[in-house]
Amino acid sequence: MADTLNVSTWKEAVEFAPGVHWIGALDPTLRTFDIILRTANGTTYNSYLVRGSEGVAIIDTVKEGFEDEFFHRLESVARYDEIKVIVLNHLEPDHSGALPELMRRAPQARLYISTRATTMLKALLRPNREEPFEYTTVTTNDRVSLGDRHLRFLHTPFLHWPDTQCTYLEEQQVLFSGDVFGCHYCDSRLFNDRVGDFRFSFDYYYAHIMRPFKQWVMEALALIEPLKMKIVAPTHGPILRERPRRYVAHYRELSTSSLSRELGDTDKSLIIFYMSSYGNTARMAEAIYSGADTVDGVRVSLYDLEGGEVAPFVDLIEDADALLFGSPTINGDAVKPVWDLLSSLAVVNLKGKIGAAFGSYGWSGEAVRMVEDRMRGLKMRVPREGIRVKLIPTQEELDECTGFGREIANILVGKEVQRGVIEFSDLT
Amino acid sequence: MAKAKITFEDINQTVNVPAGTRIIEISEKIGAGVIYGCREGDCGTCMMEVTEGWNNLTEPSVLEEKVLRENMAGRHYRLACQAQILGDCKVKPA
Repeated sequence: MADTLNVSTWKEAVEFAPGVHWIGALDPTLRTFDIILRTANGTTYNSYLVRGSEGVAIIDTVKEGFEDEFFHRLESVARYDEIKVIVLNHLEPDHSGALPELMRRAPQARLYISTRATTMLKALLRPNREEPFEYTTVTTNDRVSLGDRHLRFLHTPFLHWPDTQCTYLEEQQVLFSGDVFGCHYCDSRLFNDRVGDFRFSFDYYYAHIMRPFKQWVMEALALIEPLKMKIVAPTHGPILRERPRRYVAHYRELSTSSLSRELGDTDKSLIIFYMSSYGNTARMAEAIYSGADTVDGVRVSLYDLEGGEVAPFVDLIEDADALLFGSPTINGDAVKPVWDLLSSLAVVNLKGKIGAAFGSYGWSGEAVRMVEDRMRGLKMRVPREGIRVKLIPTQEELDECTGFGREIANILVGKEVQRGVIEFSDLT
Repeated sequence: MAKAKITFEDINQTVNVPAGTRIIEISEKIGAGVIYGCREGDCGTCMMEVTEGWNNLTEPSVLEEKVLRENMAGRHYRLACQAQILGDCKVKPA
């Protein structure tokens, strides 16, 4: 079957290891996933069935609307009363869509979810459901027996939902990895050694789904890499049975900061982005640059947003330690290129980066405060109130900018100037 | 009005505040490293460690304790969006 496999016409389960079956569904016409992802040839919702001597396990289900295909495949290899275990590696609707009906058909089955999934489960269930599901929460190294087969869980949170886990079938050395190592790529030949060239889809998926959680990827890899792995079976895209470790190694490479390889462990990166209509905000940016540049251990970069594209700036921001945004105020707002960049940062982790804002204005000067609020909303730390200058900066004001740049750079290297005890009423 | 001092250890900054003030109201204004998500005690993003004066904060609610547990909080961790200051204390981001 393998040579001619085409699951768009083959509607039964596909066995790819003894007692291990793919029972998922194809969604070849999908063109946008979750608003943020383009899917040029659709996607798959991969669900798996494992048969042991004492029962059957179902690992993940499919999106609502694809239940018929899923149940048809399931029924081709198992009866509902044989199902002992249902595992959801995370509760995202594209994998939990068939759960309510599956639980109805297999009421004796026990649901296994991660410790972080409980509140989500309640929120995802249909509000009119009378009885909530019973479940067991599991974490790393918890095991479930199917008799001669055993499932072991790995707690891999935030990849890409807080409740994400992976499930490892010990005897067959199959890792059911959830969305980790997945991609939106729909090919009815199912396996990485049969499908078309999906490298772009794999990297694109990582860039939009896993990239904000690189630290968590590294922690998950520490659990995954020691496993003996014959097959990695993700919830989207090809099943990785041909040299699966390549994909694990690729995740490690993608999750390692490019700048840390460049700068080493010592220097911090401070980047100043600005837009300027009459050159006033630009002069402030240059003064801030000259001040920051006097601080040892800080590598300072200065960019005029007018001269660049958003995507490479996002790459720079990901690896930076401090970000300063300069925007004039036009019609009571920061200017669009600044917002374009600040609204394109969902794919990178900004938590704890230091932020600051500055800008020239004509009469009201709202931009600086708005940008500061945005940075706080992005979970950045804004340690100092930004600088606003009315129209053309005086030399005194430029000196203040230089001091501001030096102060932010000093904060970055841990040399924050102490301000004594502050009265709450003095804080603006 | 009763006052209390809170110190944000990550920036070594002390603020004198009216008793009853929520930590979120101070830490953002001062630029401390505690960060926020939902701001209503649900997501656990603003988890912080109370290094001194644990008993000088309002008691955590049942819901806050649940969120702390689910986020595998350490001993003496609180949510900055929930805890209110009753007396002197020191905190740092978790």
